[in-house]
Amino acid sequence: MTMKDHTSQSEINDEMRAIEAEARARVDDGGAPELHPRRNYPPYRSSILRHPTHELVRVDPEEVELFSPAFGHTDVNVLESDLTIQHRGEPLGERMTVSGRVLDGEGRPVRRQLIEIWQANAGGRYVHKRDQHPAPLDPNFTGVGRVITGENGEYSFTTIKPGPYPWRNHLNAWRPAHIHFSLFGTAFTQRLITQMYFPGDPLFALDPIYQSITDPAARARLVGTYDHDLSVPEWSLGYNWDIVLTGPKATWMESEEAHD
Amino acid sequence: MTEPKPTEFIQTPSQTVGPFYGFALPYERGPELVPGRHPHAIRLHGTVTDGAGDPVPDAILELWQADETGAISREQGALDRDGFTFTGFGRAAVDQAGHFTFTTVKPGSVGGGAPYIVVTVFARGLIHHLFTRAYFPEDAEAHRRDAVLGAVPPARRATLVCVADGHPGGTPSYRFDVRLQGADETVFLDFDA
Ligand SMILES: [Fe+3]
Repeated sequence: MTMKDHTSQSEINDEMRAIEAEARARVDDGGAPELHPRRNYPPYRSSILRHPTHELVRVDPEEVELFSPAFGHTDVNVLESDLTIQHRGEPLGERMTVSGRVLDGEGRPVRRQLIEIWQANAGGRYVHKRDQHPAPLDPNFTGVGRVITGENGEYSFTTIKPGPYPWRNHLNAWRPAHIHFSLFGTAFTQRLITQMYFPGDPLFALDPIYQSITDPAARARLVGTYDHDLSVPEWSLGYNWDIVLTGPKATWMESEEAHD
Repeated sequence: MTEPKPTEFIQTPSQTVGPFYGFALPYERGPELVPGRHPHAIRLHGTVTDGAGDPVPDAILELWQADETGAISREQGALDRDGFTFTGFGRAAVDQAGHFTFTTVKPGSVGGGAPYIVVTVFARGLIHHLFTRAYFPEDAEAHRRDAVLGAVPPARRATLVCVADGHPGGTPSYRFDVRLQGADETVFLDFDA
């Protein structure tokens, strides 16, 4: 597994601030802000040997890439969206809901597509055999959920708020609390795996995975919003998080046909 | 003319799959797009390596492809493995040696083009997934007319073509190694979607 790195947090901070300053200078010079993280982000040590050094080859997607697997209700049981009822007892932690919509680049709902989530428990521990964090496992929480989006692209999960956890990127490295999300669009080119974070986390500025997105406005798109109207009295706190996928180019081509 | 894209719908950024997806993303028989006993089953396998040439033990790959006739499945239940329905989607985590194995069929030509399988790579340390394509070595003629291969510098094209490596147990086997970085770095594609 990961080698222990003894770089201090302040050295990592300096590296991150330097990259952000360079990215900001590019935007000030008229460049577009970077929507996605950099694959090569040295403060996240594991990216150093795992990013391609060649430019990606830009090509037009063909028919296969413009379709996506057809998910259906046989793939997912409706109970899988509630991560708090998978065991005999109630999991420990703050019960919460995360709800939102999945949209494409033109704001149209992404219907009947699969969302998978996974997360640590309230103590910051994953049910994964390689997770060495000495926080306790919760016998009543696995931390895996799935849902198929509805007709308006909507989804909702009931879960508990995950805890932050340490990792070995550098000395005293801690991940801000997050839920991993995996999404499919109507075209395979829209495939996305990302993480949702929680508002006001003091670890944001210190985390190389979050900071690998050099544009502050883009980073903020990964943070859910606390919505008191989604909270249920004496039961759960509510967060809202909408997700926007790329394209899809397929639909642009359709709409362009009318003009040809 | 296309209308300007509304600015309020800006893409949600990617983040790494991380190391701890193992209890969440792999699913039962996910690597078997067809059962091994399928009369036309092929093995598609390979190793994911990093810039030092070391295996990446925490990558996860997805396949997406047409069926043997070149048709794209619209059957609901893409994760189902009922033993009969070909849904065109599969997912395999690598083992400790960075090795993955899928059982599938060779896709037919879609619209007359060279057959290929879409391969998507996720890994700890990879902050944004990578798309590539696995073509088949016996289709060299069709490769000469292929737009995507044509967009790739000739010296790098071979990274997109599987290597036929025998018939273990009577099943044709193809090797498709994924080199994330280095001299023979795999060509990764940006679909600009
Ligand atoms: Fe995590």
